[in-house]
Amino acid sequence: MTLTGYGLHIWASIVMVAATAIAGDTLTAHAMKNIGDLDEIRAKSGLGGAILAVISEPTFVLGFFCMAVSFFSLLFALAPPAPVSLIAPATGSVTYLGNAVVARIFLHENVDRRRWVSAALVCVGVWLISK
Amino acid sequence: MKHKLAPQQYAILLAVILTAAVGDTFLSHGMAQVGSVDLNHLGLLIPALKNVWVFAGIVLLVGFFSSYLTALSWADLTFIQPASSLTYVVVAFLSYFWLHEHISVARWTGILLIVCGVGFVAQGPALTERKVEPGVVPGETAQEIIKAQP
Repeated sequence: MTLTGYGLHIWASIVMVAATAIAGDTLTAHAMKNIGDLDEIRAKSGLGGAILAVISEPTFVLGFFCMAVSFFSLLFALAPPAPVSLIAPATGSVTYLGNAVVARIFLHENVDRRRWVSAALVCVGVWLISK
Repeated sequence: MKHKLAPQQYAILLAVILTAAVGDTFLSHGMAQVGSVDLNHLGLLIPALKNVWVFAGIVLLVGFFSSYLTALSWADLTFIQPASSLTYVVVAFLSYFWLHEHISVARWTGILLIVCGVGFVAQGPALTERKVEPGVVPGETAQEIIKAQP
């Protein structure tokens, strides 16, 4: 048991869900920037062309796979007798903050003070709302 | 130049928020009618698709994913993520007024914090400005540039 009374496997499942969610979000965002403005692609090549552009982007496929792993990891993590009131808010909050860190490092997004404050407020808000 | 969104891009953001919130609420309402499904009996999810609320929820969540991907194609992840967190707020209101669920003080506080967070990020640019090399038109692929060379 850890200091907070939860076993190591609980924290490991939280890290697993959040890490795969962050990887999925970041890879998907990167893929969509590679593809370009989807509204313009749809206007030029139609809905089929837009879908083809998305699913033929390898980074998107990888990101989608990570999202699926995150979703099923969360399902298993929440299976009884797991502490839902810890796992649900913790994974949501960590994902929001983690996305800001990873987007700054890997996507080179300009995460200024305004975005840090926003990520922190949403992180705490999601924690409170998911409990 | 500060990157501002066009009205149709705000409409896409609204679609992200509403389709996720209404889709989740429909799924919740439908699954309450279907009954509990545990991990050892996942096969029970297949007949759940016949429930009109579950089916409509899935259709809306497909719409959410499409609009989310569209938004990511013209805005930063660190802009879209907080903006789309308004979904939690809409879900809370739908749960309160439609599903008649109790919302605790902690949840109302969470809603307030999310609204403040979205207010912060919405005031800034939606997309990080990138330095464009001379002669390169943004959005033009390398192949198009090569073709355009005399």
